[in-house]
Amino acid sequence: MAEAGNVDPMHQFTIEPILGTDHWQLLGHSIAFTNSALWMAISVFALWIFVFGGMKHQLVPGRWQMAVESMTGFVDNLLAANVGPAGRKYVPYIFSLFMFILFCNVLGLLPLGLFGARAQPFTVTSHFTVTGVLAILSFSIVLIVGFAKHGFHFFSLFVPHGTPIWLLWLIPVVELISFLVRPFSLALRLFVAMMAGHVLLEVLSSFVITSTSSGFLWGTVVGIPSFLLMIAICALEILVAGIQAYVFALLTSLYLNDAENLH
Amino acid sequence: MPQIAQLAETYASQVFWLAIFFGFTFFVIGRHMVPKVMATVELRERQIVDDLAAAEAARKAADAAEATWKVESTRQRGEAHALIAKSKLEAAKHSETRLAAAGKVIDARIAEADARIDAARSSALAELEAVASEAAGDIVTRVAGITVDAGAARAAVKEALHG
Repeated sequence: MAEAGNVDPMHQFTIEPILGTDHWQLLGHSIAFTNSALWMAISVFALWIFVFGGMKHQLVPGRWQMAVESMTGFVDNLLAANVGPAGRKYVPYIFSLFMFILFCNVLGLLPLGLFGARAQPFTVTSHFTVTGVLAILSFSIVLIVGFAKHGFHFFSLFVPHGTPIWLLWLIPVVELISFLVRPFSLALRLFVAMMAGHVLLEVLSSFVITSTSSGFLWGTVVGIPSFLLMIAICALEILVAGIQAYVFALLTSLYLNDAENLH
Repeated sequence: MPQIAQLAETYASQVFWLAIFFGFTFFVIGRHMVPKVMATVELRERQIVDDLAAAEAARKAADAAEATWKVESTRQRGEAHALIAKSKLEAAKHSETRLAAAGKVIDARIAEADARIDAARSSALAELEAVASEAAGDIVTRVAGITVDAGAARAAVKEALHG
């Protein structure tokens, strides 16, 4: 928080070192364990618990096993629908991607302050460094698979079916640009959606706090509507957390489809 | 905006820990645990398919057994009917022969009885003639006072009896 009574909505994205600020280094770069790393660890641990609970191998699944199986089945169906039978081998990657982003998004929304915790949750996916790495990872897999499977024929991706001959000078350029924009759109979409939602919630909550503390009238006129809006946006943010994870996984599988099947 | 303001000092740390934790997610959870979960799902689906196939096979077997049973029961019913018809015929023939034999015996006895009745009647008639002619002779003696020859009386009675 900045000065008293003036909430800084961007403060929640500040990375604060927890461990190893002074001497944890790798090739000259600081690799201090920060709140970002802590929330990645919490998300991964929660994900591990979730999947581990579904590994009972029961013929008639319980609720937990059913939940885990529905998630794996969801990713499996996503790949089967978008990539086809060849998509099966990407299930581990897409599942990891989807669940990692989903858990980071949702855990970043935890209202820990309500339970008296001093630390507020950190949304790992609200930093484009993280979403960028994930996007580059997906894009690299697409490139590697595409060139390994089709060689230089992969460049025919830039000439869609039915391109008129007289447009051959333009369409490949447009296609190439749209192809190269993919990792950026992938990374920025997730980062912006996460950041915007959290900023909005923070701004609205600062409205509630400052209006209520400046008297009954403003508390009623501004505070209550802001609070109601905040409740609605909280619900929306939970939805967005799921949708953005889904979009990331869906687009990655669509790009993988290009690499696998080359239209 | 901390994402940009802190980029230079934190990007290495973020990339490093993301590599560690996403790597763990991919290699331990994605590569190791997810296939086991999916194998369970697949096993269950295969079991369901197998069970359905077994049920279908059992249903077909039951249908076939019913069809054979129907054929068999129709055949057996036909045999039973034939047997019944044959024994009915035999029984009818048997009773016919026995009835015929019994009829013959009865006819013979009737004929014998008829003969006996005829004999009895003719002897009775003969006795009646003798008694009547005697009585007629006596009546004539008593009424007319004449003695009638026995032969004449008998002839007169015979005439009167037979018209």
